Amino acid sequence: MRARSIRGMGTLATAAALATVASACSAPGEGESGGAATSAVVGIAYEPETLSPLLGFGKDGNSKIFDGLLTHDADLKLKPALAAALPRVSDDGRTYTYALRKGVKFSDGEPFTADDVVFTYETILDEKTNNPSKGELDAIESVEAKGADTVVFRLKYPYAPFAERTVLPIAPEHLAGGQDVNTGSFGTKPVGTGPYRLAKWSKGEQLVLEANSGYWGGLPKIERFTMAIIKDDDVRATRLRSGDLDGAILPPNLAKAFQGSGQKTYAAKSFDYRTVTLPTGNKVTGNTAVRRALDIAVDRKAMVDGILEGAGKVAHGPVPTDSEWFTEGTERTYDPKKARTILDAAGWKPGKDGIRVKDGVRASFPLWYVSGDKLRQDHALAYASDAKKIGVEVEVQAGTWEVIEPRMPKDAVLAGGGSPADPDFDQYPLLRSDLAGDGFNNMGRYDNATVDRALKNGRESDDPAQRKAAYDTVQRELVKNPGYTFLTHIDHLYVVDDRFGELSTQVEPHDHGLAAGPWWNVEDWRP
Amino acid sequence: MARLAGRRALFAVPVLGIVTFGVFAIAAASPFDPVKAYAGTAGLSASQETLDQLRANLGADEPLVTRWWNWLTSAVQGDLGDSSALRQPVADVIAERVGWSVLLASAAFLVAVLLGGVLGVLAARRPGGWTDRAVTSLAYTLEAAPPFWLGLLVMWFFALKLGVLPAGGLTDTGSTVVTAGQVARHLVLPASVLALSQLPWFVLYVRQGVGDALQEDPVRGARARGLAERTVLLGHALRSGMLPVLTLVGSRVPELITGALLVETVFSWPGIAAATVEAATSVDFPLLAALTVLATIAVLVGNLLADLLYGLADPRVGFDG
Repeated sequence: MRARSIRGMGTLATAAALATVASACSAPGEGESGGAATSAVVGIAYEPETLSPLLGFGKDGNSKIFDGLLTHDADLKLKPALAAALPRVSDDGRTYTYALRKGVKFSDGEPFTADDVVFTYETILDEKTNNPSKGELDAIESVEAKGADTVVFRLKYPYAPFAERTVLPIAPEHLAGGQDVNTGSFGTKPVGTGPYRLAKWSKGEQLVLEANSGYWGGLPKIERFTMAIIKDDDVRATRLRSGDLDGAILPPNLAKAFQGSGQKTYAAKSFDYRTVTLPTGNKVTGNTAVRRALDIAVDRKAMVDGILEGAGKVAHGPVPTDSEWFTEGTERTYDPKKARTILDAAGWKPGKDGIRVKDGVRASFPLWYVSGDKLRQDHALAYASDAKKIGVEVEVQAGTWEVIEPRMPKDAVLAGGGSPADPDFDQYPLLRSDLAGDGFNNMGRYDNATVDRALKNGRESDDPAQRKAAYDTVQRELVKNPGYTFLTHIDHLYVVDDRFGELSTQVEPHDHGLAAGPWWNVEDWRP
Repeated sequence: MARLAGRRALFAVPVLGIVTFGVFAIAAASPFDPVKAYAGTAGLSASQETLDQLRANLGADEPLVTRWWNWLTSAVQGDLGDSSALRQPVADVIAERVGWSVLLASAAFLVAVLLGGVLGVLAARRPGGWTDRAVTSLAYTLEAAPPFWLGLLVMWFFALKLGVLPAGGLTDTGSTVVTAGQVARHLVLPASVLALSQLPWFVLYVRQGVGDALQEDPVRGARARGLAERTVLLGHALRSGMLPVLTLVGSRVPELITGALLVETVFSWPGIAAATVEAATSVDFPLLAALTVLATIAVLVGNLLADLLYGLADPRVGFDG
């Protein structure tokens, strides 16, 4: 090959490039999304690693492609899905019996049976299965099929909120059974009984769902539901504005710009709290007077207004103030003056630099947040500035979880969490003393015998009044001895095109699943 | 020519061995924990027992050398292992994505080289003239503009203001079929941004190379003989001025890959870049090693190509040097 032929190649390449550009410019606007209201395209910030329920996908229910035995309605009340009715619970609270809905088929046409349920639960509990959420099913002793349409769970201990765990999606044994559960193709080509089936998953770009024509709950009106995966907030807002998307999740400052422009903004209430752990292993944060002082020295209202731009609520504990589980009278009023009095009375006297000292211990401790999380950073800085006003020094530091974890026994952490389904899900691992430092459970090493007892009563009793009383006790104890300073509950904001009509949102957990947001019930949309 | 290629291929073997070991060593030394990364938010509520079990299942407790050797031996036999970050075989991850990255990168590269060549020659023709000044300052401005910002800017202008081009994705959002027309239309913005981010180097090098060549004796002689300016410029100056650019072409490959990473993120382009970041931050050894091998091969091939082109463009340069 000589120089001449290289030049020839160059010409060819130019021509090819020009042709590409020309064809690219020729058809603007063609195939635009929107128009017919039988399809919807939304932008989401998060992409699941896998769509296999065996590895944790959709464990909190509402996975669109799959159904669980039970599911939640708009108010998060349990209702039957693959089960024909709510479970029968034995008197000792340790046996749950589910009768299954008849005539349900997976979207490949195969019938759904009790064996699929047993397969799903047993596979998740298998120790070779890499499902990081398997601990949530700890209570299960055994699961067995009685005939084709009855499933019986036996529990190791009475566990009142167990039915909430059975929203877990059911995988078909005939497809998922014959392959490696951790890396098999079922994770990218899932088949379930849900209202939609997966039409296409282009990783990093989009997930397209198509209505499942054989869905037992009736054919959805929205025939095609696309989730575009757009990690960057600004890009998501731009594509929403360009008409490329019909809806998207947005942070408060970007959502604000969409007010009154043919789109509606929905603020989904959540159990998603931000809290500061006050580890018992630290001489300052372990001191009850300091904890109580900090609890009333933080200006939660200012955080909601300033950091969340109003999209959230003040948090007085793990339970949001508008939840039925919230205990009236446990609200903390912002009162730095009283906080100072508490510290004075406990012997924390201001030192030369204004920071209090008691028995040679300076009222100073580090507070860590995960680097890169702007919201947590803002909360941490606001917390430190409020603490400073009562003479407590908080040194805010950023790090990855790998850096933070070994320091958790002694250093404070700006943590997040929250699960709306049942108070047990959150509070038991957060506050039980025997779970202190077990993985990320009870990060603050909180140790309170009254709380321990109440948490046990709360999970074992199936009497709603008794359960309410138990969680009331927990919340009242948290006023007397707060092991955490709860700051805010955060609303999740979504902007959606008007043409879908008035939509609703569910109360959302800390995690953003695929089916959070106004599209939690996209199969029921009637535009 | 074949000997040069063969020698390079032979040389690539130890290079790839060392590079993959380096990747394993760096990943092992990094503060990231593969188990935490695997568990994600679920890990924040998992008990120690679950985390320990995961660690054993993922083989994350084995020593570095063992892990590397196991990966290497099975990779040589064609089994690239399973990606823990994406819960599927590494071969599948790469097969799904690499084509789109190659398409994006080569389209951008082509545009950058062609446009850079044209602008460079225009600028070199009259150094200090207004074309030269305009082109040079454009090049410096682009050099300073981050591709991420550039991406948002063109998206705002072409998708939002003019509404002529799609703002992102590989196909129309909502479409399940991938057609050539759709891909071409969606390729324009990301490829242009990537090309623009690569452009300054080519422009400046061609300008310098051609400018220098114009001062050389053969060109001056050609001019003195009264040859047309076009012949002098393209036939003489460009040909010798292109030589340094060819070397540059090869050495730009790594930067093209890192540039693609940002561009793919902005435009939700389903390429390999996002997987690379994911693999690195979740200490996903098999995926990370396979991707590193790919990138290393790209760089080696880029260099080989540059050398071959060099030899072809100027026969005085041998292939055995």
